[in-house]
Amino acid sequence: MEQFTQEFLNLDVMAKVAPYLFQGLLQTLLLCSFLIPIGLVGGLLVMLLTTSPYRVLRWPAIVAVDFFRAFPPLVLLVFVYAGLPFIGLRVPALLAVAVAFLINSASYYGEIYRAGMVSVPKGQREAARSTGLSATQALLYVTLPQAVRNVLPDLLSNTVELIKLTTLASVISVPELLHSANLARSLTYNSSPLILAAIIYLILLLPVVRLIARLEHKL
Amino acid sequence: MTATDAMSNWDRFVFTFFNADIAMKYGWEILQGASVTILAGLAVVMTGIVVGFGLAALRAIGWKSLNFLIIVFVDIFRSLPPLAIILVLFFGFPAIGIVLPSLIVLWLSLGAVLAAFAEEIFWAGITSVPKGQWLAARSTGLTFAQTLRYVILPQAVRLGIPPLTNRAISITKNLALGSAIGVNEILGRANSALSMSANATPLTMGALLYVLVFIPLVIASRMLERNYRWGEH
Repeated sequence: MEQFTQEFLNLDVMAKVAPYLFQGLLQTLLLCSFLIPIGLVGGLLVMLLTTSPYRVLRWPAIVAVDFFRAFPPLVLLVFVYAGLPFIGLRVPALLAVAVAFLINSASYYGEIYRAGMVSVPKGQREAARSTGLSATQALLYVTLPQAVRNVLPDLLSNTVELIKLTTLASVISVPELLHSANLARSLTYNSSPLILAAIIYLILLLPVVRLIARLEHKL
Repeated sequence: MTATDAMSNWDRFVFTFFNADIAMKYGWEILQGASVTILAGLAVVMTGIVVGFGLAALRAIGWKSLNFLIIVFVDIFRSLPPLAIILVLFFGFPAIGIVLPSLIVLWLSLGAVLAAFAEEIFWAGITSVPKGQWLAARSTGLTFAQTLRYVILPQAVRLGIPPLTNRAISITKNLALGSAIGVNEILGRANSALSMSANATPLTMGALLYVLVFIPLVIASRMLERNYRWGEH
């Protein structure tokens, strides 16, 4: 027990590395601040393509979505970061993260929006159009809001997944929370920094996970 | 440098990402990684679903203190990033005398994450069965266990299959994280072939292999979703 506390819950070590982990946390929040919006907007565009009435738009989009849902995000990230420099495109780590996450999360968000759109009865759109709204207006003011409301728990839970995925950036040395914790672990020869990082993730995400569980049971 | 300058851009692209010589040289090596990925994937999916199912069935009994423990386990493993769990098991546990091989660490971590999500999905299925079904089954003389086994769980499982398939796929794709702790799966082998050959072809092969392994599952999940969709007019 003594040994366990010493290795995992060492308060001295935690206090020493806390400022450093805080820097990592800021980097994680910075990542989230642009990865979530580009994923949400990218997903919307993907949904418009996969639900398009034109087959030439719809089918390639569906194939691309399935392809990237089968593509592990880490493989995508390593491919963008380590592969592209070989043809002379040196991508900064943050840009590689943005590109890989955009491709990955737009596919996932796109599928969620699509499920939401399918759940909105056809009559809603037809009624909106017959009152004189343009196609864009019908989408923005009538069908999309209902679709989003219907799949809100799924959108939230995918956002939690996206935040958890930001830890992958540590593999290409972006100094986010898990990366700084792991570096602190190797410098202190003690695992408490990793536990501290885990606690920070729990504080950030546990309330959202609880909220999702409640929303899901209410529906 | 001059040799590559003389090539056209297209040639350089093919030489870098689709190089037949390199593919021949490292192909077998990377293919062996696929067997590790597939076996570990099967182990993760089996463990996750069996444990998740068991936890949901236990939760249905309704012991308060046990339910509290189950909920704590589920919430923690749904909130933590899988990579953080993997690093704690791999780097932390040896210090308290528990040394686990990297493949076992990968299996345990992802298995626990999938178990947490599976429990939540099965539990949502169980609670969505109307109370009248419980009462009706019990009043025909079925015991609690029989009611659970023959009436409630079959319906809960049916409801849970589409979300469970999606979840199992997205968690199993995290097997690539094994490369961070030295598991010899597809990405790990592709990465070392990449640094040995100074060519990106192994990475292309690794990526294509992953897609090849997972695309049948993604397509299957799409079909399941269509078959199980309810409230469709």
